[in-house]
Amino acid sequence: MTNLFYTAPDALSLWFMAIIVIVFTAGAFYGADYLKAYRSHKRELRLHVLNYAAVFASMLALPMISNAVAFLVAWEIMALGSFFLIIFESWKPETIKAGINFFIQSHISVVLLTIGFLMMYDKTGSFDFAAIKACSTANPGTCGWPFALICAGFAVKAGFVPFHTWLPVAHPAAPAHISGVMSGVIIKIGIYGIFRAITLFEINFATAGKIILAVAAVSGLYGVMMAIVQHNLKKLLAYHSIENIGIIGIGIGLGCMAKGMGLPTVASLAFAGALMHTLNHALFKSSLFFTAGNVYQAAHTLNVEQLGGLFRRLPLTGFYFLIAAVAICGLPPMNGFVSELLIYLGLFDSLGQMPALSQLGITASIVALVLIGGLAILCFTKAFGIVFLGESRSELPEMKEFGALRSVPLAVLAALMLSVGLCPGFYVGLINNILPELGCRSVALSGTVSTIGIASACLIAVVLLLALVRRLATRRKPVSEGETWGCGYTVPSSKLQYTATSFVKTYSQTFKGILKSGFIDKAAASYIRFTERFAFLQNGRLQSYILYGIVFIVVTILLTMALC
Amino acid sequence: MLSILLIFAAALFFSGIIVRTKSVCAGRRGPGIFQPLKDVVRLFRKGTVYSTSSTVIFRVAPLVYMASVLMAVACIPFGSRPGLISFEGDFVFFAYVLSLGKFFCIIAALDTASSFEGMGASRESFYSMLAEPAFFLIMGSLALITGNTSFSGIFASLQTYGSFFGFGAALVMAVLLLLVSMIENSRLPIDDPKTHLELTMIHEVMILDNSGFDLGLILSTGYLKFAMYGAVIANLFLCGSTACSVGIFALVQVLCAVAIGLTESFMARFRMNHNPEFIFSLSAAAFIILFTIVNL
Repeated sequence: MTNLFYTAPDALSLWFMAIIVIVFTAGAFYGADYLKAYRSHKRELRLHVLNYAAVFASMLALPMISNAVAFLVAWEIMALGSFFLIIFESWKPETIKAGINFFIQSHISVVLLTIGFLMMYDKTGSFDFAAIKACSTANPGTCGWPFALICAGFAVKAGFVPFHTWLPVAHPAAPAHISGVMSGVIIKIGIYGIFRAITLFEINFATAGKIILAVAAVSGLYGVMMAIVQHNLKKLLAYHSIENIGIIGIGIGLGCMAKGMGLPTVASLAFAGALMHTLNHALFKSSLFFTAGNVYQAAHTLNVEQLGGLFRRLPLTGFYFLIAAVAICGLPPMNGFVSELLIYLGLFDSLGQMPALSQLGITASIVALVLIGGLAILCFTKAFGIVFLGESRSELPEMKEFGALRSVPLAVLAALMLSVGLCPGFYVGLINNILPELGCRSVALSGTVSTIGIASACLIAVVLLLALVRRLATRRKPVSEGETWGCGYTVPSSKLQYTATSFVKTYSQTFKGILKSGFIDKAAASYIRFTERFAFLQNGRLQSYILYGIVFIVVTILLTMALC
Repeated sequence: MLSILLIFAAALFFSGIIVRTKSVCAGRRGPGIFQPLKDVVRLFRKGTVYSTSSTVIFRVAPLVYMASVLMAVACIPFGSRPGLISFEGDFVFFAYVLSLGKFFCIIAALDTASSFEGMGASRESFYSMLAEPAFFLIMGSLALITGNTSFSGIFASLQTYGSFFGFGAALVMAVLLLLVSMIENSRLPIDDPKTHLELTMIHEVMILDNSGFDLGLILSTGYLKFAMYGAVIANLFLCGSTACSVGIFALVQVLCAVAIGLTESFMARFRMNHNPEFIFSLSAAAFIILFTIVNL
């Protein structure tokens, strides 16, 4: 009897398990309150809660499993469970459509993983992860294809371009806590898989890293560029998940490149940045989806063009959204800055040590990361400014702030985000335990990391100090309220406000070539045109289908005979 | 510490020098060199009017804007002397903390529910996003030349006067940084601070609703930002003893201010839809510098 689990989960497993526990627990509390709106749907609720527990359990098991078959079984439980979680509102046809899209795509991932593991079984005769490691260490460079297939399988789950198409469909359809959990951790299990594959396989990391880096940079830019023009708040956030997976991927790709080229400092910085960003994205993206859920249940719409001025009606929701928005833009003093800084340091460090052509790639990645940061600011100033500030753009229903069951999980997530920003040293210390497992040294940046924390704390202190100065200076000054200056126009109305469309108009006109290029859609359309030629096979006659089955079996037998 | 004091001192004169240059070029007597400061002091003494549409964001934003620039100033070294905040990758912190200030300015503009301010916010967020790669590419090439990733490390080991190439590269970078600073400070040729039509403004229209102390804070932050970029440029050329360095610092700041004044006197603002092209060309130039250095 082989051992299906690691006897002691290593630091990599523990890191991901911690992330899973944090987000799933927060999601459970938030979801308990969110689902109160669906009290009449008893049957769906029962199935939903059961599946939530099943997905949680299988997610916790995945990082501990050390056997390919057991891994695939747990993976399948997770995929099926998430499918049921997504189609909670199964009475809506578009939810079912989104669910089936997810269902198919997650099984493409399963197929790729299965083939990859079977190829390794063919080499080793065992499904054990230890055997995979032993085989690929003994014959380095021979396991490139299984590694590529397994990584592609994980990339589908993680949502790298071009496997991202399920994200913007599934997230808006799912209930808010499920979107939060899905974007926060379920796509991260794909990242875990890629990291696990890096620890198991001994391949040409330089080449693999270049491919991952290119895919990731494209994912990051594409995700944020598409996010800006979305008007459905949850769809916007879903595209941002693609962007953040891209940032994580830039870290992984650079780490692999550096590992393959023998640059240990760069590799440890890049991997540390990627691992840190995995945690950070789990924290701020789940907060963002939870707050988006509040917006949806209060205003009954997610269309940003109809929202506005929610900050006065839902102050806590707005506050947590703002904190998470600052964090996702990678701005100090929040957590996103720490992980992006680690990746930047890796990129700048590697610049002087790589061959000329790779330097071109590294420079392009730096530009990509800078642009991602700038575009994220454009996107989240739009999201926060249009939804929460100004005046409402349509007749919104009466609303009041939600209770503690929602605000406490959000407060905990916000506190965790701030703690990463203020004491990054603690978290980098945890990651330093993981790096040896990825074949790198620990990050030797204790000075830098503690200074970041101090600088972030100083920033907050300076803001408070300035507030005090202003209070003292304006104590005796008259403060009055008046209408917004209309530049001479005297009958302002909320209809005159800048809308989300007009806010990003300059952007969408400048980049319309890229936004309207149909990056994936054109390829998908031509693929569908191609497959339509075979539509005659699906003729609805039972006899034909039986014939196909017989032909398939005969061909399989003949092929096996011919090959053996 | 020295760099912070010098930047504050430079901030006192910078805008005044621009204004003087413009009035000399236009053949006017013009206001005195301290007029911008007097304006700010007058604003600090005034009361404040807040829009009924605005929330607490609108009141916090000027504080965050000022704090972000103060933190960025604290990162800047003086030659080989590190700034108050100095760590590997501190120029990333510099750029990102400035973005935090911008983030709050933009949402504060949206907070007023004014269409004009929304327009300014939209333009500001878009143009500054485009300008950022240029700064990072310049810092990347400096990091590549010196093998350091912190401001103080870079400027301590930079050999501007070692060769014609070094000096030439520093000059080109100085010009690019000056142009970046003009974009970040919303000056010509991207934005005209003296225009009288809200439709053609970028930064000015974002702060239409700020008044009193808040407006004073925003204006003085702008002066500080000028001197801050001037200090980054000056760091490229510092050498010799402290006294000599201070002299060079002052000279570079004055030259930058005069250059901005001359540009504003003899150029018109670009059409809005030409701005992205101009900003892209800056990044392209920075890219070329980086590649020249890579291939040396």
